[in-house]
Amino acid sequence: MSGVWIEAGVKVAVLMGLLLTGAAYLTWVERKVSGFIQARIGPNRVGPLGLLQPLADGLKGFFKEDITPKYAYRPLFLLAPALAFVPSLAVFAVIPFGDRLPILGRVISLRVADPNIGILFVFALASMQVYGVAFAGWSSNNKYALMGGLRASAQMISYELAMGFSVVGVLMITGSLRLSEIVFHQQGLFHWNLFIQPIGFVIFLVAGFAEANRLPFDLPEAETELVAGYHTEYSSMKFAMFPLSEYFHMMAISALTVILFFGGWQVPGLRAAGLAPLAVSILELAAMGLKMGFFLFLFIWVRWTLPRFRYDHLMTMGWKILLPLSLVNVFWSGIGILMGWF
Amino acid sequence: MIFVRRPDPRFRAWTYFWALVKGMSLTLRHIFRPKVTLQYPEQRGEFSEGYRGLPSLVRDQHGREKCVACYLCQWVCPPRAITITAGELQESPVEKFAEKFQINMLRCIMCGYCEEVCPEQAIFLNQDYELTGLTRAELIFQKEKLLEIGGVRPDTIQKWKPLLADPSRSGGRKQ
Repeated sequence: MSGVWIEAGVKVAVLMGLLLTGAAYLTWVERKVSGFIQARIGPNRVGPLGLLQPLADGLKGFFKEDITPKYAYRPLFLLAPALAFVPSLAVFAVIPFGDRLPILGRVISLRVADPNIGILFVFALASMQVYGVAFAGWSSNNKYALMGGLRASAQMISYELAMGFSVVGVLMITGSLRLSEIVFHQQGLFHWNLFIQPIGFVIFLVAGFAEANRLPFDLPEAETELVAGYHTEYSSMKFAMFPLSEYFHMMAISALTVILFFGGWQVPGLRAAGLAPLAVSILELAAMGLKMGFFLFLFIWVRWTLPRFRYDHLMTMGWKILLPLSLVNVFWSGIGILMGWF
Repeated sequence: MIFVRRPDPRFRAWTYFWALVKGMSLTLRHIFRPKVTLQYPEQRGEFSEGYRGLPSLVRDQHGREKCVACYLCQWVCPPRAITITAGELQESPVEKFAEKFQINMLRCIMCGYCEEVCPEQAIFLNQDYELTGLTRAELIFQKEKLLEIGGVRPDTIQKWKPLLADPSRSGGRKQ
């Protein structure tokens, strides 16, 4: 019995470590890619290729003065960063990164938990994050922060719906909410949900960008009009928790996109190649990482391509285009299942 | 009156997809383009010959200070950065020299009016642009410092030379 607990503990520790370093280095990647796209070279002073830059940034974050504005509502002001940070991190508890890893005489399944309501858990936690953002905006007692918080809550609600409906098609085809089962259902390249549910994929991705508050949907922190949006009044590590949760969100969205539409960790034809089980599971982990990496890159790539939406356009797109389209997609999937196409 | 039929915006919206693809491919191509960053302290930019950096005083090829303290630069200087105190040269046809000549670099705007107005071609803007100091006083450049920065600039027309060479008119000029 204790072995199970130790195994779970080790998995949690490893995952936490990977996620935190991952998010830190994602900032480095973002700055580098941003630089490249703008014909600059990005950070290159701290360490080789600027690789120690995230470390320096983190250190700076800890040493900065932590200011709580006099007119802020203190309890919520202190609670908000945690409310934004914790759910975005907790999402990874149910995300499967691989199948099974046979190592040290044990077979370890590469996920912390695999509940039968996996996708519901993810959506529930993803929408929890909006509380953090809205509370941060409200408790700051600052007009820009309030505007940012309001926008964030409106945006999240409008896009959550479309996101949820876009996944319904996949769930109908799979017949399960369990994330690992969704992955196993997509064996072989042409069984990837991407090809069965192209509309669902596009809607999910667009809504994912909006959920993660990334450009072109970063209305809650639109610098040009709202200073820094909901985190205007935050400083030091409390501030750093908001960007961090944004990066976790990006990673979670990428992982979910891969799991739901790109066959998860599976590489077509790898199982049939007859490699050692250990090699297969390591390659599959790498495949998962690569697929996620592509979507993380996409987040940054899109950021420097598309300008920010106007607020009413954002709402129009959420309610009048994405939501009906996702409903049509559900309908279409239903017909497909009825006719036995998928 | 002419009515112009506008394209249907709903149709146009669909064509945005192509704009999106084009935009994405453009940014992707930019990633592989050469970078224009200048690694400043190690690499320096190149400036044109007419670049207006810090002003400085120059000597001619005989080592003679060219400034004759005519005050034109002090008079023309828009931010009033130049302060001159004239001294008299006994027994020299040049008659005047700058006893003190200071340029307050904190005020100087590198406009180059002093260079333009100087009848003796004694003051020039050089290529220096790095102006740093630990105190304000350090950045008020005195005559020695200005001459040091300026160095020697050979004259093509030497209007004082015949007079200075005339033993009946030249006297004990200081330099």
